[in-house]
Amino acid sequence: MQKYKTYAAGYLFLLPWFIGFIFLYLSPIIASLYLSFTRYDLLSAPQWIGFDNYKTMFTDDYRLGDSIKVTFKYVLLSVPFRLAFALGLAMLLNQGMKFLGLYRTIYYIPSLLGGSVAISVLWKQVFDKEGLYNQGLSLLGIDGPNWIADPHYAIFSLIGLSVWQFGSVMIIFLAGLKQIPQELYEAATVDGASIFRKFARITLPLLTPVIFFNLTITLIQSFQTFTKAFIISGGSGGPINSTLLYSLYLYIKGFTFLDMGYASAMAWLLLIIIAAFTGVLFLTSRYWVYYSDGRD
Amino acid sequence: MAIHRQIRSFFFHALVLGFGLLMLYPVFWLLSASVKPTTEIFTSKGLWPSSITFEHYSEGWFGLRNIQFGRFFLNSLILCVVAVIGTVLSSSMAAFSFARINFPLKNLFFALMLGTIMLPGHVTLIPQYIMFHKIGWVDTFLPLMTPKFVGDAFFVFLIVQFIRGIPKELDESAKIDGCGWFTLYFRIIMPLSLPALITAAIFTFMGTWDDFFGQLIYLSDIKKFTVPLGLRLFLDSSGSSNWGAVFAMSVLSIVPSLVIFFLGQKYFTQGIATTGLKG
Repeated sequence: MQKYKTYAAGYLFLLPWFIGFIFLYLSPIIASLYLSFTRYDLLSAPQWIGFDNYKTMFTDDYRLGDSIKVTFKYVLLSVPFRLAFALGLAMLLNQGMKFLGLYRTIYYIPSLLGGSVAISVLWKQVFDKEGLYNQGLSLLGIDGPNWIADPHYAIFSLIGLSVWQFGSVMIIFLAGLKQIPQELYEAATVDGASIFRKFARITLPLLTPVIFFNLTITLIQSFQTFTKAFIISGGSGGPINSTLLYSLYLYIKGFTFLDMGYASAMAWLLLIIIAAFTGVLFLTSRYWVYYSDGRD
Repeated sequence: MAIHRQIRSFFFHALVLGFGLLMLYPVFWLLSASVKPTTEIFTSKGLWPSSITFEHYSEGWFGLRNIQFGRFFLNSLILCVVAVIGTVLSSSMAAFSFARINFPLKNLFFALMLGTIMLPGHVTLIPQYIMFHKIGWVDTFLPLMTPKFVGDAFFVFLIVQFIRGIPKELDESAKIDGCGWFTLYFRIIMPLSLPALITAAIFTFMGTWDDFFGQLIYLSDIKKFTVPLGLRLFLDSSGSSNWGAVFAMSVLSIVPSLVIFFLGQKYFTQGIATTGLKG
């Protein structure tokens, strides 16, 4: 009897989460899969069209092609740079020095604010022809382009904004670096190892679980970036689709054209792309992620 | 030797601080542009304005017809407060259940919950929108508020980790004293989990404050606009004609995040290090 009372309590406390799981996750996932095979504009009933949405995506929709290219470029450039910056700064800050708290705060502020509309607005200005960035370049004698208006460069303003927000990743790296036993470095120093060798043979291997974690999280987040692209391009993804990140195009399809069936199909393609990337990370992790507690 | 080390340390700090300030330069510039006379914003190179003016702030605040920025702030604030209460309450309940009570299928539910963290929101977005549309909730705060009352997997995980660190003997002795599960949750585990709850509250506040996408989709009546939507509207309507006012409102829109951040700094660092949130 007591046992069942305990069960009841467990389920009762879990009830809100469970309701949410059913109504906000499970049924929407199923509905989304169904909708991806239909044409649906919210007003009339969904119309079953088989694989037509998927066919259109792969054969007809050149904007989607552009969008995928832009998104890959954005993810594959911003993620490594963000992680590299974060790791570099974390190692610099991990020298057990004074003012660590202050520095951590300074470097975290861009992460804190970077997702806001305000910073995207500011960024529009920073990367303008006469903006801050070009003013900086002109000090070096370089005449910078109009980053936002030039389709060749527009995506780099978004990548720059993303890399600028490396602070949160840095804090996770800092926590990871603190876990590495100092004796290892001391022993290596006694053996006359150089800084680079210590980095390659101690820091990097022992940090691989944290790198793996950061890589996965940042990758998933980056594929879903929306606000920056929306604000900086004024909601269009322009010039000439050069900032049409996947989420932005999905929003345009679903909520501007009210093509909800097609947008659902796009969501599934995104899920598959993200799953493929994280899948590769997980599958290869056993070859490059090192767990010091003896797990493989 | 000591002098050598001091010089090294000096350069080190100069480098770290200098690079950090360089990174923050755009933010300082934003702040300075918001109080510079209009003619100076794009012409003077320096940060320091020749004279400080707050006219951009009043121009921005009253810059939209029929509505003031105060309304947007009030809307955002209401949304955030409700979101914080809902998230902390529901996430902590689920976390308490996962961390302290044994029942069949617990591990399955826990795995499902963690799975939802990895799921890109786009997959559930459209059916959720259709559902809220069908029940007439679009263009109200309800689609933005109600989902907060079912818990957030990230915070459930964070709080579970925290509760696992609280000695189980407390539960035993509480039960001997005749405590029921609810009393145990509310009177013992919750107060002891306060740091984790504060972390969850802070992140929820900031996440809701900056949640442009959800608000963009669900809100269309300008009276219900939140700060991000108001700012975007203001950018579109006055844009290049009045950058000063746009910058002034941008500054105001990030003040709450900054204040919360500085008040709850230590919780921030903990929260990020445990869950990899925000970023």
